[in-house]
Amino acid sequence: MSTETMPARGFNLSKDDLGADILEIAMGPHHPSTHGVFRMDLKLDGETVVDLKPIFGYLHRNHEKLAEDIPYPGSMPFTDRLDYLCGMTNNWAYALSLEKMLEVEVPERAQYIRIICAELTRLVNHCLLIGFFINDLGALGTPLLYALREREKILDLFETLSGARMMVNYMRFGGVRCDLPDGWLEECKRIVDKFPAFLDEYETLLNENEIVITRSQNVGVLTAEEATNFSITGPMLRASGVNYDLRKVDKYGIYDRFDFKVPLGAHGDCYDRFMIRMLEMRESIKILNQAMKDLPDGDIIGKVPRVFKPAAGTEVYGRIESPKGELGFYLVADGSTNPYRFKVRPPSFINLTALRHMCIGHKVADAVIILGSIDIVLGEVDR
Amino acid sequence: MSLLAKGILQGMAVTAKNFFQSYYKKDRLPTVQYPEEKSTVNQFTRNIPFLVFDGDDPIDGMRCTACTLCEKACPPQCIYIIKDKDENGKPIKRPAVFDIDSSVCMSCQLCVEVCPFESIRMDSEFELSNENRFEGLLLNRDELLRSNEYYHEIHPLEAQETDDRIVAKEAEAAAKKKEREEKARKAAEAKKAAAEKKAAEEATAAEEAAPATENKVAETEAPKAEAAPAETAPTAESPTEPEAKQADAAPEPKAEEETPEEPEKKE
Repeated sequence: MSTETMPARGFNLSKDDLGADILEIAMGPHHPSTHGVFRMDLKLDGETVVDLKPIFGYLHRNHEKLAEDIPYPGSMPFTDRLDYLCGMTNNWAYALSLEKMLEVEVPERAQYIRIICAELTRLVNHCLLIGFFINDLGALGTPLLYALREREKILDLFETLSGARMMVNYMRFGGVRCDLPDGWLEECKRIVDKFPAFLDEYETLLNENEIVITRSQNVGVLTAEEATNFSITGPMLRASGVNYDLRKVDKYGIYDRFDFKVPLGAHGDCYDRFMIRMLEMRESIKILNQAMKDLPDGDIIGKVPRVFKPAAGTEVYGRIESPKGELGFYLVADGSTNPYRFKVRPPSFINLTALRHMCIGHKVADAVIILGSIDIVLGEVDR
Repeated sequence: MSLLAKGILQGMAVTAKNFFQSYYKKDRLPTVQYPEEKSTVNQFTRNIPFLVFDGDDPIDGMRCTACTLCEKACPPQCIYIIKDKDENGKPIKRPAVFDIDSSVCMSCQLCVEVCPFESIRMDSEFELSNENRFEGLLLNRDELLRSNEYYHEIHPLEAQETDDRIVAKEAEAAAKKKEREEKARKAAEAKKAAAEKKAAEEATAAEEAAPATENKVAETEAPKAEAAPAETAPTAESPTEPEAKQADAAPEPKAEEETPEEPEKKE
């Protein structure tokens, strides 16, 4: 093969094609920048990534098969451990699927509490993401800890509400487990009111920072067409300029009652993905303020059967907009108390499929921030 | 160059602000010097389950009845229960073995939710490290038993709610028992009255069937005669009425004792 007809970059490159040595390195599974036990087998030409092979499964815990052996309610605590940063939204997605299957009505108050919890979870997740994103860029420690400090306050709220900071196990089929404790709402209001000040501070710290801009702009670009072809969802898709948010599209729960905007990016690069999260947090605060203002009194759990036994052959796919994207549970019932098939559609797993495409042609250091901007949690990727 | 430094200077200003605030601002001081200083545990925190007992004696006051509902509900299956037996091999409502493998438990609280006897509850103890990773982490019944006072100490609100619920349940059970007794008493009375009535009817039937000398005939005809004399009884057979009235007026506690007397009266 002559040197003029080089193959498309990244595909089966051999040493001869490039005329240089290609170095293969395994990045991970214990590399700190891979956010868990994730491995990237990189092929490097100098410092440029020519090929990348994501390898995962180190955290596989057999979640889907396990759920087939236990009754429906027993899987609820396991969903906390999928995306262990967003227990509330995972709970909601699972509860929503079975409610759809059994056609259970959720009382008004429970719907509001669910929305409050889900939006707080979005704040928690995005706080952590932006912190680690900056950490990946090289600002070790300090900005991350500012974000973690804010997150901690919300986790304390979750602890008061459900008994645990992260493994909440709070939602139930037809509602939520317990009502808000006395004074919880006031505390929540106080924290949410203070949150924009943190965001302002964080924006002054980073948004105009030259290093952040040069490192992340035009890095890992994903066009709208590519993003839709990769089935990407969530903030990553919206950063590419596609207006698709399940809160607006599906209007699950009672999201149609709230006034909020869906922030959209224009370039689809890492900087846009970072900014989208900052903007989404402000929208979440808007939703939270409305929900806390309108929270009605009433029941927290609807009329649910004592034993969950959906009719044989019923299939349902329930999905919500989790902080990372579309989280779906596909359930097939066989008439018993256990599901026949339990399938999870994890957003970070599917978003991860675009990693190779985004990384090729960039430097190794850029691969780290591209991975950081995807926002993966290995508990969900490997299940 | 000056443009380039702007963002960095801004960032440094924020860092400096945080640095100085960390000396006096309370919400910027999140660090706790752990072993010397312990932050208070939130009263809603849950960790590993424990068993509640009432009173002073853990074994006698144990609320657990070894119904194994929690064993079945536990998703990671970390609870193991064996029912207790007395000397004669008769099962007692008490667990002989109640093990929780705390290395498997995932603190999901599903066991607490299914427990109908308010027996299993979540502890908030967080210093669980142990030198022996097998037996040390396998908590047996005696290690799990904690007093109701301890429960009140760690989860005051929840414990109070539980106690209120137990009191309400007991009151309800007592009311139900009373109702049941009342019902039983009334049923006995009704039975007695019916028996007396029947006896009276039989007597009238016997009177009506007096021409027929054979007792057998009277017995066989009794069901047929039942319908007719029922209407006539109050008017025609006045002597039977006082007997029925007497039965109604009979002292209440004696109602049950009197039932065995029925055959005598029949005769």
